[in-house]
Amino acid sequence: MKVTEEVAIDHGLKKEEFSKICDLLKRIPNITELAIFSAMWNEHCSYKSSRKHLKKLHTKGKQVIQGPGENAGIIDIGDDDAIVFKIESHNHPSFIEPYQGAATGVGGIMRDIFTMGARPIANLNSIHFGSPQHKKTKNLLRGVVKGIGGYGNCIGVPTIAGQTSFDESYNGNILVNAMTLGLVNKNKIFYSKAAGLNKPVIYVGSKTGRDGIHGASMASTTFDEKIEEKKPTVQVGDPFTEKLLLEACLELMADNSIIAIQDMGAAGLTSSSVEMASKGNLGIELNLSEVPCREMNMSPYEIMLSESQERMLIVLENGKENFAKKIFDKWNLDFAVIGKTTNSKKIELFHDNNKVAEIPIDLLAENAPVYNRKWKKTKLPQKLKFNKNNFKSLSLSDCLKKILSNPNIAEKKWIWDQYDHTVMADTIQKPGGDAGVVRVHGTSKAVAASVDSSASYCNSHPLTGGKQVVCESWRNLISVGAKPIAITNCLNFGNPEKEKNMGEFVECIDGISEASEYLDFPVVSGNVSFYNETKDKGIKPTPTIGGVGLIKDYKKIISMNFKKIDNLIVVIGKTEGHIDQSIFARDILNEKKGPPPEINLFNEKNNGETILKLIRNDLVKSVHDISLGGIITAISKMAIIGNKGFKLNKPQDLINKFEYYFGEDQGRYIVEIEPNNMPKVKNILKDSSIHYDEIGIVIPKEIIIDKEAILHIDDLVRSNKNWLKSYMEE
Amino acid sequence: MKSSVIIFPGSNCDRDMDVALKKFGFKNQMIWHNDKTIPKSDLIVLPGGFSYGDYLRCGSIASKSKIIKSVIDFANSGGLVLGICNGFQILTETGLLPGILQQNMYLNFICKNVFIKIKDKKNKYFKNIKKDILELHIAHNEGNYFCSEQELKSLEDNSQIAITYCDSKGLENDDNNPNGAIKNIAGIFNKSKNILGMMPHPERMIDKYLSGEDGSLFFENLLENLR
Repeated sequence: MKVTEEVAIDHGLKKEEFSKICDLLKRIPNITELAIFSAMWNEHCSYKSSRKHLKKLHTKGKQVIQGPGENAGIIDIGDDDAIVFKIESHNHPSFIEPYQGAATGVGGIMRDIFTMGARPIANLNSIHFGSPQHKKTKNLLRGVVKGIGGYGNCIGVPTIAGQTSFDESYNGNILVNAMTLGLVNKNKIFYSKAAGLNKPVIYVGSKTGRDGIHGASMASTTFDEKIEEKKPTVQVGDPFTEKLLLEACLELMADNSIIAIQDMGAAGLTSSSVEMASKGNLGIELNLSEVPCREMNMSPYEIMLSESQERMLIVLENGKENFAKKIFDKWNLDFAVIGKTTNSKKIELFHDNNKVAEIPIDLLAENAPVYNRKWKKTKLPQKLKFNKNNFKSLSLSDCLKKILSNPNIAEKKWIWDQYDHTVMADTIQKPGGDAGVVRVHGTSKAVAASVDSSASYCNSHPLTGGKQVVCESWRNLISVGAKPIAITNCLNFGNPEKEKNMGEFVECIDGISEASEYLDFPVVSGNVSFYNETKDKGIKPTPTIGGVGLIKDYKKIISMNFKKIDNLIVVIGKTEGHIDQSIFARDILNEKKGPPPEINLFNEKNNGETILKLIRNDLVKSVHDISLGGIITAISKMAIIGNKGFKLNKPQDLINKFEYYFGEDQGRYIVEIEPNNMPKVKNILKDSSIHYDEIGIVIPKEIIIDKEAILHIDDLVRSNKNWLKSYMEE
Repeated sequence: MKSSVIIFPGSNCDRDMDVALKKFGFKNQMIWHNDKTIPKSDLIVLPGGFSYGDYLRCGSIASKSKIIKSVIDFANSGGLVLGICNGFQILTETGLLPGILQQNMYLNFICKNVFIKIKDKKNKYFKNIKKDILELHIAHNEGNYFCSEQELKSLEDNSQIAITYCDSKGLENDDNNPNGAIKNIAGIFNKSKNILGMMPHPERMIDKYLSGEDGSLFFENLLENLR
């Protein structure tokens, strides 16, 4: 096939990019070479629109062993233990084929983790769908949940927490972000940097098929009505093979025979071989005739672009081939020596004894285009003036019931019941808590993890929204008693070629960076997903933050359910009654304008650290952060899970009660305190200059507000628990 | 007491079972599916997971694996064989236990705590256990037990129904049946009650920080009965 400008454009390259390739090569590439360029230069692999801004992220910290740039980030949790973790998007494939898209998303992120030598110990996910009324939503949700479960359950890694949201901006582009945590000995970490000349390059895992060809370039464009035609670009997963690959890789890693290892993810053999060579400043020579293929007569083009799952590329020490082969034979996996490292600094491909491609590595990596795209700042919207007289017709109990059954607040048990969240027998906080928690096997430590995003806040004011998501993640970890350590981010945005979308991206990053630096909560890994756009309609900016924290003594874990009648309910942090952008404003008042609540990083840090102090001194019985739906929604959730009622005092006269109960001011928590501990708690709070409200007490079954019994706990349970199940089963 | 846990490719509860058995005092060893013989054991466990990817049917390929003949011989000579979840599916596929495990009635994987009622205590597994109702944990996609009317009658006549799904007070009805199993069956014995297949995972309930502690009762009691 003759390579022309049209062919290049069909491969997702821009006209200027094609001429740059010809200039750099000083000739026109052949079709295989063009395919390699298109795979390496697309947005998904090259980060060409985002790279400039990602540099601004705060990535350093005392406990950071590995920051962004490797397969995943790594943090030190003491005693030679380290946690490897990362979040990754699989948005585009999941919209086209929800089961396989989501399943291979989970498979891909787990490979990123065990590539580094870590055994995966927990999975999380953040999934976002269109309006529940949209005709595709239900099937997409069902398929995605089945896909996530189908893969993770089979591997035997617990899915311990997640986030599900519904918003019409996802009608044409759902988001599926999967996160995995793995445990590794910090002296036995494996990297993707090749080293040494003439070292054998080994292919292991599944055979290469024709699935997923152009997957990465598909994920680098927007969708149109012909989207169904892209189904063949979605990979097909086989979790059983991945389980074997996991065990085989870990078995081989116990020995010192691996120099570098890289999973074949987006852009398959192309990106894995180029990345390993590029990081090692080496060349690589591959004989594609040796690649185990699933189908007959696969061309070099197809072999290089296939995104077949469950494959790894390894650079091995000389002479270790037979030793390694035995392990992969034991696990019934393909094993083939397909090439070697060279000093040419080129990627050279052979097929049927012919050289079929030769490209200097630096053209694919360092010389990949970087764009300084134009972007537009988002102004902080004016705060709305609500007419309080309009609130008089509202009933507090009706509002509360409506908010508890709002799709974004309603309990998601229908989802997490389909995920094995207890396999490995170390899950000590299951889904439904503020963060999931697993013990570090065989130790007294536990690791907490949470995934968060706040698209409405980010949409209204990206800078504040970016800060807010980091803070929310921090709060969720604090709320289970964990010290927050580091984050991974999955940056889901629309088309970066539009100034508005690019601006959202830039400012969300600024917000994330500012908050993570202030809180000493660095970003250690992540991924960017642009072009979440269909027929010119983009998603709301949705940076997803995956936070990880450490509980030194797992027996000190704390949960959110109310524990005992007559215990005091205290709000930590100041309530101003900010309802712009709140669920109350959007769902009850039908008002979508206004700024998100402000972030005060000093208070955020001070309040969080003080909560941890209270937990460590055994002074609180339960903790829950206040987020969507404000104080009363937070208290209701604690009551629902604890199956108890509550009695609340009248709020201070200064604030309208709807604003007080439903306002979404940041940096706040609800804590449950035994009355005899209250003096000690007060001292600690005063010492730290923290504002608190003694708002009420835990009672058996009723919901009493300002002396008026408005509801029974069963009403709250029904409102909160029924929505999703009846939606899915109707 | 010596126990052996068989690892098939795709098993994923093998480590959890190993941890549980050791915690309660068994000397446990792990046996690879391609081995032909099993060292002397007082108990053989077929753990949960997705043996051979659950291809064809859950448990069917494992039931033809190299190691399985030794398991069958051990069982036929009266040795104790415990199959949990996928292990239960393997036991029905080998024919050591009657019936089959179909896909759950609502076609979804289910992972949650359930209550089970112990229906028979005249056996090594449940003899002397203090409680009649245990809170255990299930995690499966194919746990919907089914058998012919004749087989069911024989199970009932010989008290081979080991445990059934129920509520916290022991009531067995459709509301407390998570997967549509016939007669709420969660586990059964063979006729001589040395083989037990059950869907719930006692190995995930062995300390109070996990989903619960009733799994501890099961293992402590089993060890005591084997002494």
